Amino acid sequence: MSAKVITITSGKGGVGKTTATANLSAALAMQGKRVVAIDADIGLRNLDVVMGLENRIVYDLVHVVEGTCRLRQAMIKDKRLETLFLIPAAQSRDKNAVKPQDMIDVCEQLRPDFDFILVDSPAGIEQGFRNAIAPADMVLIITTPEVSAVRDADRIIGLVEAEEKGPARLIVNRLRPGMVQRGDMLDTADVLDVLSIDLLGIVPDDESIIVSTNRGVPVVMENNSRAGQAFRNIAARLLGEDVPLMDVEAPTSWVQRFTRFVRGS
Amino acid sequence: MNLLDRLFGRPQPSSREIAKNRLQLVLVQDRVNLSPQLLQTLKDELIAVISKYVEIDVDGMEVTFTQSRRQSRLTADIPVIGARVRR
Repeated sequence: MSAKVITITSGKGGVGKTTATANLSAALAMQGKRVVAIDADIGLRNLDVVMGLENRIVYDLVHVVEGTCRLRQAMIKDKRLETLFLIPAAQSRDKNAVKPQDMIDVCEQLRPDFDFILVDSPAGIEQGFRNAIAPADMVLIITTPEVSAVRDADRIIGLVEAEEKGPARLIVNRLRPGMVQRGDMLDTADVLDVLSIDLLGIVPDDESIIVSTNRGVPVVMENNSRAGQAFRNIAARLLGEDVPLMDVEAPTSWVQRFTRFVRGS
Repeated sequence: MNLLDRLFGRPQPSSREIAKNRLQLVLVQDRVNLSPQLLQTLKDELIAVISKYVEIDVDGMEVTFTQSRRQSRLTADIPVIGARVRR
């Protein structure tokens, strides 16, 4: 076994990198794959709380890099999914505590025992981002359909290509089909047109993400969430399955269509 | 745009279209790292250089960046009026 290293990044903060990392890791583990998620956001640790594993941290990534503990000691095993592990970030250090070569070394040690290593990148384009993409075999870029997020995604795509880690693949997060139909939100086609990269998946805006994050349970574990289904589909595509894109267009009745015509949107 | 606007034909772009257009413009600048001011300077210098050899129609001149996939291309469309210097 030699794991594939997938780095999830975005440039802009708050677009869903950590949520995507937690959910794709869980979805891959639900398919029986051996998965380790690494939080590369040193100083702003969050993947642990999103995955619901925050109470079990003893050692973190910086302890591993500095040789305070062995790699195995920093790996937290998820109790719900037998094949899912987390390596948390340090909370009290800064991004310079880890170097790109450290990330490459850690991933090399993990590769023989896993199918996938998912790296949650910090926002920004500085050292933390460079650490996160250093070991990557594949880079996933998350954006939301907003001008600021798309602009930052474009910058990141350029940097990923400059590091010869491309071509990156895109996940459009928090799409609101109703707003797209009213002409008040960029559609996935608009985003792809502007960024010119391949689409891996679309995740609809879904309140169940907030609820599941409150509970510390990845939304992919819940069957009746549309965002959960979208993340499961993306995981299936990462496994090479040909899953059609979700129909994120909200179902419309003739009343809605008529109302929309009268309002002219 | 409401029903009246629609019936009397005053089409306004949706915020989605505005967003896409603004993005396309700002990304061209981001990708070539050229501000609108620098682009104007580039134009002025082009005019100065070319005018040394041929007379050009400055008002009809268009200098634009276009995108194909992730490649940027600088296109200058410069109408020539006539030769300035005979050699």
